Amino acid sequence: MADLTCNIAGVTSPNPFWLASAPPTDKQFNVERAFEAGWGGVVWKTLGEAGPPIVNVSSRYGSIDYNGQRMIGLNNIELITDRPLEINLEEITAVKRDWPDRAVVVSLMVPCEEQAWREILEKVEQTGCDGVELNFGCPHGMSERGMGAAVGQVPEYIQEVTEWCKHYSDLPVFVKLTPNISDIRRPARAAHAGGADAVSLINTINSIVTIDLDLMAPTPTVDGKGVHGGYCGPAVRPIALSMVSEIARDPRTTNLPISGIGGIGNWRDAAEFIALGCGSVQVCTAAMCFGFRIIDDMVDGLNDWMDEKGYSNLEDFRGAAVPNVTDWQYLDLNYKSIATIDQDKCIECGLCHITCEDTSHQAIAANKDKDGKRTYTVIDEECVGCNLCHLVCPVPDCISMVEVENGLPYMNWGDHPNNPMRDK
Amino acid sequence: MSSDIRSGRLSAESIRENYADLHAPLNPLQAKQESARCLFCHDAPCTEACPTGIDIPGFIRKISTGNSQGAAKTILAENIMGGTCANVCPVEELCEQVCVLNTAEDKPVIIGQLQRYATDHLFDSGAQPFIRAADSGKHIAVIGAGPAGLSCAHRLAMLGHQVTVFEAKDKPGGLNEYGLATYKMLDERAAKEVSFILEIGNITINTGISLGKDIELDALREVYDAVFIGLGHNAINQLWLDNANAEGVHNAVDFIQRIRQQDLTSLPVGRNVVVIGGGNTAIDIAVQIKKLGAETVTMVYRRGTDQMGATEYEREVAQTNGVLIRTHAQPVRINAVDGQLISVVFEYTRVDSDGRPVGTGETFTTPADQLFKAIGQSLHPGPLSKSQAPDIERKRIWVDQNQRTSLPDVWAGGDCTTGDDLTVVAVQDGKVAAHSIDEYLEHG
Repeated sequence: MADLTCNIAGVTSPNPFWLASAPPTDKQFNVERAFEAGWGGVVWKTLGEAGPPIVNVSSRYGSIDYNGQRMIGLNNIELITDRPLEINLEEITAVKRDWPDRAVVVSLMVPCEEQAWREILEKVEQTGCDGVELNFGCPHGMSERGMGAAVGQVPEYIQEVTEWCKHYSDLPVFVKLTPNISDIRRPARAAHAGGADAVSLINTINSIVTIDLDLMAPTPTVDGKGVHGGYCGPAVRPIALSMVSEIARDPRTTNLPISGIGGIGNWRDAAEFIALGCGSVQVCTAAMCFGFRIIDDMVDGLNDWMDEKGYSNLEDFRGAAVPNVTDWQYLDLNYKSIATIDQDKCIECGLCHITCEDTSHQAIAANKDKDGKRTYTVIDEECVGCNLCHLVCPVPDCISMVEVENGLPYMNWGDHPNNPMRDK
Repeated sequence: MSSDIRSGRLSAESIRENYADLHAPLNPLQAKQESARCLFCHDAPCTEACPTGIDIPGFIRKISTGNSQGAAKTILAENIMGGTCANVCPVEELCEQVCVLNTAEDKPVIIGQLQRYATDHLFDSGAQPFIRAADSGKHIAVIGAGPAGLSCAHRLAMLGHQVTVFEAKDKPGGLNEYGLATYKMLDERAAKEVSFILEIGNITINTGISLGKDIELDALREVYDAVFIGLGHNAINQLWLDNANAEGVHNAVDFIQRIRQQDLTSLPVGRNVVVIGGGNTAIDIAVQIKKLGAETVTMVYRRGTDQMGATEYEREVAQTNGVLIRTHAQPVRINAVDGQLISVVFEYTRVDSDGRPVGTGETFTTPADQLFKAIGQSLHPGPLSKSQAPDIERKRIWVDQNQRTSLPDVWAGGDCTTGDDLTVVAVQDGKVAAHSIDEYLEHG
């Protein structure tokens, strides 16, 4: 049995699976159900200032289905919690008291004023929570009020607010980053400079998921109108992985703990984020798609995989993929692989041929014998090893990419004769 | 031993239930999920296996994107009777048999049911996707308003020609109207399909007109620019046994026609029924008579299951409906009392070195109130005898690859010509002939 205990920025939990700050963590009722199901921690849905809470609209979600799969991408236009601050604080206190081994981090978003942050931190500290997460990511509704992504897109603001939080509170501070920015390293560096204990990313991406062609309006549609929302779910995972890797590789933030977020739905997704350096991972869409019991597979699957690989705890493989993320200019231009087709596994769908023929390198020949048996064969000389056929083939392990031994030494673009900028 | 034949063995309600749709139509969710299974193969084996060459991956993709109307157009462009074929094609031996998912998942895409989903969608919408080309001034006679004739007529009309169809029966549709199992063709489906085909215009159907009686081929050739013969089968193979005309002995196709056209509670149904034959007609009568309340239905075939014309799927339908299928036995005596069938004696057979069944001498007797003969149909050339007739080869009208007969201005297709006796083949024959006729009319 691998040890799944997670420790990130001084916050511990029995496993690295946390529910992200979102509707599933808005109330004691939901959070207790999550803990009963086995979740390691939660980031409580974002609290705002004392006073009248914000107001949410109806409806709030839109999604992308693909080929019969529901919600591969989810979009929301919900704001921060719409419940009174006092009730949330009471419930957080009760939950942490009853579930001391679980991580309870509280997400916060108040105006960009020192006093506002000081006041909310004083209140939140009294709940006994394990840390705070600064919501600098929300791309809709709050950013128009100078909060959320409006702060997250200005590194100076991030640093300043982080400094305030570290000044007024002893709690670990997680800074949640918006992906709606060109270089994710800059806000991460700012958080680091401000004394952040960790960053959480990614928050949702500006999106319009669908246009209702009858209403001629974006979905979700509120009385005939729609707005951009925040996109999440499996579709955003590649963007999140890339941004996480950027921060993990950046020498200026190398040891900054990361809580990974973005389309994580199973143990394998989680392992990928951890391999890129994440301490904990946060989940929302998958839980909203299936309910909390998906945690069972996440814990079980991660544990089994770690046992199989001989990893006894998360630190054994955390960040293991980071050294292998490089820049294009360092890739070996002399490395060559080509596709091979296992004819015994081929079901004769022809997709490898037609996609190569139409859209790539005309490197897969199609033959049909007199009995109608179709044979698809790689033309080795034409194959550039692009991997497209391997990706379109519906049969596992039918097409594989095989390294061609050419005896040539490593050569990257910097040394390549075709490079006009090459060091002479 | 007295015979027991009567109508209304089951209540009208039970019969209605028994004759409900063989498959419930796919609902939108099922269609979406099933269409998503299709891999969209290149050079798809399913399309190759379809006698009419429907772009099957193309229409399935359209279903998956919510474009069912477009899917139906893709189907009907190649097979104007795509609605019927969706219900009656032996897909397990055509498109679905070669679906690559048989190899990958041991379960093909259910192409037939998706085709029905799309065509039902279009028919329900009332849309008419086809239009006629400019009038050519040419006029073609079509003999027979079955699948071959109507397919030919529709394509000719699309190409701008005027068509007059002569049909011996009272209704158009051929076997779609008179010959297919009821539970495959509910709700006047055949008649609705004919109406849809005729909507294109420039097609006139004259019913109750028989070739060789009311009209002659020679005369038609004089009046019309070309003639298409889609006579179908007009003769039924007979049992050469004593008492073959006893009360209770029926031709399966005649009885199926009664099932299609009459009140089901009024049909005579025996307690014990025997069906002779191994094709889908034998299955159709066996299942339908069982569904009318026959107590035992025994289907007897003189060879083994491998030689049966009925597909494995059709046999399963029969067996799950309680039909007993016996193989390797041939009828040798029909016992009747006072002209009324009481039993059939069968002799066991074995297959000789030439693959022919030969009697072993050992027999068994099966009590029977009714006996249905389903031992094949054929073309009787009588209707062509008073005219210069096209060449006949192996009891069918000889045609070339364009469905053209030995007469330069006469084409033929469907069951009266060589090829599998399937609706889908007949539709293709008619379509191919129409294009060949069009070419002939334009270029001679």
